[in-house]
Amino acid sequence: MIRSPLESHVVFSLGPMPITAPVLTSWAIILLLAGGGWLLTRQLALRPGMAQAAIELVVETIEGQIRDTVRVAPGPYLPLIGTLFLYIFTANWSSLVPGVEPPTAAIETDAALALIVFAAVILFGVRTRGLGGYLRSFAHPNVIMVPLNVLESITRTFSLVVRLFGNIMSGVFVIGIVLSLVGLLVPVPLMALELLTGAVQAYIFSVLAMVFIGGAVEDDYPRVTAE
Amino acid sequence: MNLIEIVSILGAALAVSFGAIGPALSQGRAVAAAMDAIARQPEAANTVSRTLFVGLAMIETTAIYCLVVALLLLFANPFRG
Repeated sequence: MIRSPLESHVVFSLGPMPITAPVLTSWAIILLLAGGGWLLTRQLALRPGMAQAAIELVVETIEGQIRDTVRVAPGPYLPLIGTLFLYIFTANWSSLVPGVEPPTAAIETDAALALIVFAAVILFGVRTRGLGGYLRSFAHPNVIMVPLNVLESITRTFSLVVRLFGNIMSGVFVIGIVLSLVGLLVPVPLMALELLTGAVQAYIFSVLAMVFIGGAVEDDYPRVTAE
Repeated sequence: MNLIEIVSILGAALAVSFGAIGPALSQGRAVAAAMDAIARQPEAANTVSRTLFVGLAMIETTAIYCLVVALLLLFANPFRG
């Protein structure tokens, strides 16, 4: 019997709180990203060295993608979107380390990430338009649309969770099944496909987060101006 | 193996197999349309492929819902008691 993908393996207990394997992997990834970021940006120079040029390339690519996707100045959104992308990308590719399962294959991690996006949409929307303006955006074409728009903002968060979870978990699952049938070399092409899926899903998650934030921020209904 | 388990396994297999048909066909259509657009206007390839990726992710979600339903039937079945 294969272990259920909906429950995760408890490694040890911290007092009354059980610590599972995805939590440990998440902590390792957070430490790696934060420590790497701190080490690489400690000595920034005007004439960049090789490491600085590489990370500048990453930051500028994310910035360009944000600008192309929603056509707003990427400044306030770059930290959130960039962190989401880098974290999910690293998490999906952490299966390259033998014995490590990507933490995004557990539904709790994805739920936490999607809740961050859900909160960020409200936060950015209220900050740009004010509370009244943000609430009014729910009644955008018509007042009849209010329940549908509220429902949509919940279901799209849920679909963010399910999309990331389903893609990554199904990859882990399929590799596990193939590994139990034929152990040698046969799972390798599947693993390569899984790396591609992981990169694409990280990209899609951050683009969708940006699209949702952009939808809350931009003034898409024409204002009546006194001319 | 009682009746509920047999029906659950059948339900899971049917959910994934029939749930994959619609997304597969529609993803094929979306990719074909994007190929056509890129062939006609190669300079728009960046925009087209970015929109294509997001659209494919949206379509794929329906297939993944079926997968999640199948997993619930197999591993978290509320009727198995």
